[in-house]
Amino acid sequence: MTYIKPKFAHPRLPKNELGFTRKEYEGSLSTLCAGCGHDSISAAIVDACFEMNIEPHRVAKMSGIGCSSKTPAYFLSNSHGFNSVHGRMPSVTTGANLANRSMIYLGVSGDGDTASIGMGQFAHVVRRNLNMTYIVMNNGCYGLTKGQDSATADYGSVNKTGNMNSFEGIDLCALAIELGATFVAQSFSGDKGQLIPIIKAALSHSGFALINVVSPCVTFNNNQGSTKSYDYVREHNETLSSLDFVPVKEEILTDYDHTKVTMVEMHDGSMIKLNKLSPEWNPEDKLSIMTALHKAREKHEILTGLLYIDNQSTELNELLNTTSVPLNQLTEKELCPGSAILEEICRGLR
Amino acid sequence: MSRINDFVVRFANVNGTGSASANYLFAKSVFRMGVPVSAKNIFPSNIQGLPTWYEVRVCEKGYLGRKEGIDLMVSVNPQSFKRDIASVKTGGYFLYDNTKPLHEEFLRDDIHFIGVPLMDICNREFTDPRQKQLFKNIVYVGAIVRLLNIDTSIIEGLFAEQFQGKEKLIAPNVKALHLGSDYVRDNFRYPLEFSVEVRDLVGDSIMIDGNSAAGLGAVYGGASVVSWYPITPSTSLVSAFEDYAKKLRKDPLTGKNNYSIVQAEDELAAIGMAIGANWNGARSFTATSGPGISLMSEFLGLAYYAELPVVLVDVQRSGPSTGMPTRTQQSDFISAAYASHGDTKHILLIPSTPTECFDMMADAFDYAEQLQTPVIMMSDLDLGMNEHMTSPFQWDDNRKYKRGKVLTASQLDTLPSWGRYRDVDGDGIPYRTLPGTHPTKGSYFTRGSSHDENAAYSEDSATYVRIMDRLLKKLETAKKILPAPQVYQSGKNSDHAILFYGTSMHAAEEALDVLKMEGTPMDAIRIKAFPFSFEVSEFIELYDKVFVIEQNRDAQVRALLINELEINPKKLVKVLNYDGTPITADFILKSIHQHLIQPNN
Repeated sequence: MTYIKPKFAHPRLPKNELGFTRKEYEGSLSTLCAGCGHDSISAAIVDACFEMNIEPHRVAKMSGIGCSSKTPAYFLSNSHGFNSVHGRMPSVTTGANLANRSMIYLGVSGDGDTASIGMGQFAHVVRRNLNMTYIVMNNGCYGLTKGQDSATADYGSVNKTGNMNSFEGIDLCALAIELGATFVAQSFSGDKGQLIPIIKAALSHSGFALINVVSPCVTFNNNQGSTKSYDYVREHNETLSSLDFVPVKEEILTDYDHTKVTMVEMHDGSMIKLNKLSPEWNPEDKLSIMTALHKAREKHEILTGLLYIDNQSTELNELLNTTSVPLNQLTEKELCPGSAILEEICRGLR
Repeated sequence: MSRINDFVVRFANVNGTGSASANYLFAKSVFRMGVPVSAKNIFPSNIQGLPTWYEVRVCEKGYLGRKEGIDLMVSVNPQSFKRDIASVKTGGYFLYDNTKPLHEEFLRDDIHFIGVPLMDICNREFTDPRQKQLFKNIVYVGAIVRLLNIDTSIIEGLFAEQFQGKEKLIAPNVKALHLGSDYVRDNFRYPLEFSVEVRDLVGDSIMIDGNSAAGLGAVYGGASVVSWYPITPSTSLVSAFEDYAKKLRKDPLTGKNNYSIVQAEDELAAIGMAIGANWNGARSFTATSGPGISLMSEFLGLAYYAELPVVLVDVQRSGPSTGMPTRTQQSDFISAAYASHGDTKHILLIPSTPTECFDMMADAFDYAEQLQTPVIMMSDLDLGMNEHMTSPFQWDDNRKYKRGKVLTASQLDTLPSWGRYRDVDGDGIPYRTLPGTHPTKGSYFTRGSSHDENAAYSEDSATYVRIMDRLLKKLETAKKILPAPQVYQSGKNSDHAILFYGTSMHAAEEALDVLKMEGTPMDAIRIKAFPFSFEVSEFIELYDKVFVIEQNRDAQVRALLINELEINPKKLVKVLNYDGTPITADFILKSIHQHLIQPNN
């Protein structure tokens, strides 16, 4: 069941530049388990969109199947949503984006939906650099079918039934970078302060933006032995960067330490102010981040923050040389060549 | 009996040697002489090396179906000599490359052998190794042109058209043509007792393959997003769309494309993209063949239940599994009609000619958007990949695309309330909204899970049943707008009738003429769409027995007729050709005769 939340809002609730309150970015009441990490991510999406003054109806919420894929019902109720089939959100989003390139595409998926059944589509949507934000709510297990290990469960982690996972977990961030992703970030559902600016930056990125969010499953994978439990992630979270998202219109304070702070300009003119916490790592250098990811893996640590960005990214519609007018707005005039040309074609076939 | 303009030529070649285009030159020259012709490429699933055949039927009476019995065999493939010689009709001709002598065991004394030293001639006259190979094809075309009394200038004209922009290729082709023609002049009696004479029987017809016609139809129908995964025999449909779109869909000011094409990673992604684009208000399609239908089934169920338009072309080939990928069949009807788990039913359009491929493809987008459901056009390899004589395409410039019930922002403002799946008009078709239309109204959650009239998740049994029943009501509406069957009735009802569809049309029409001449005329019906309209059941009612002609083993459309229209199975007699080659009138007649003699067999 989807529960309807009261629409009533206090008249003095703060409004953003569009005149919307935060409430107008919310969705229905969540039906996920109490304490589910996914609900925190939904809340971060609401905050990011509210603070960025995004018109809710300009966002399309896309998902596949699973606990994570239900969440689009729990945020942005004024946006259209599409809960498609298991592991196939990328293709539906690709079609939607080609039909109307002017909208914001926000995909949410899970570790099963992305790293198992949807691995093929995930790989190819990355490769095509589709202009979308792709959030993986990664809890290392299948919740709706009662807690089986997923393909991102770490080697050696123990699930609720006491079985140890004897397979290597897939590192979605490293994989995405390898496949050519132009924006890759990792975060933790319990770290709103980090997650919100990452979502803002991802939404501003022109091209494929992956945010892999470790999001503990309170019911099936929050036990001792799980590497995706609240306790484990809090203890092994190694922050690689902290960042501020600076919207287009805001003035950038010039006084910062250039050895520690990197400014990255986004496609739309907004900026990311990135505090580097590791001197060897450069967010625009694939090699350094791949090394950092491998090192962290050896130490059983989870690197969080913005890991990699290519701000020269060329998204799919640009690659295909598609007209700037959204294709779904073209009419007979642009689409149909007419009878005279048809007669000419037929003349050539005699 | 005159054999003018009534014979079959079969070419036996090695795949990958450029023979198909040479053979098509011959077919096209007959067409240019005003004589009806049909050409069928019977090719292997192979890039180079295996035997391949090409059949051309010349028929003054205008029958375009395939015909059994070969009058002239042109064989340049020693691999298949034995069976090629065996396949020639008594009194027929076997033209071969006699650079090497033919083994005696191949000889038949009831047919004529015409040896033309193709390899010798080419080795002597051409220096480039590639040309030596390629021009063998043109030399034999030259030889048969002389044997069949075709004017070489017609072929020369075709060269000029073919090599526009590559004019230096014209002269060596013309030279090769004359080498063949002159060799026959100097060594054989010509023309043969069957040959081509100029007529005025093709009118304003054109020659084109069904895939190209459908690709063009999609351009005219307003498709702007195309996603696809390569699979024989559908690949050339998307290629045709792309070729036409490159010329006809460039924005004149910016040079940008008014379309997008994505080659997907698999068929699942191909249909997923098409559904996503249609959900977002662009007309979008994908094309595939049987294996792709299997893979796309889950998504088709989603589109059916979430009520999203999408257009899909199934260019059928021989199944099951990989089957015979380069051979024709009509064997996806059941899997397409009921694609996906759960209770589903899809709209099928069944073209018989390239002209219908063009029309139905353009119309498919209207049907899909009007009905908010998948529409599958059921073509096949014979129709899709062979060039057919067909009537010219037409387009009404006043035609507006029927975009269906899509609410605008101002409509949303004035409506007191709206629910995505409410049946407001009583026709089973709800109103939809597109993403981004209105800041605060009209958003909903598209889902494949059970939902109520307002698109909210629901597991309420009564709600579920209500929505499922409305989907059936929508298909009743569909029957009223889909193309009606074509009925062939003489007025005096026969006891028996024939039912056919798709590429069985030409052979069936020819069989009907023969039955009439034999004094046993039959009425007939050609089905063009599924679900079947009331005209189909009304027609079947009128007869004791109806022969259902199909190109599959399991009588799939017969099964659909029994299932959907509750027709007594005993009434529907199976006539089934499923060997991978296009059905012939002879086959149909033989089956009907057999049944009339021994009805219980």
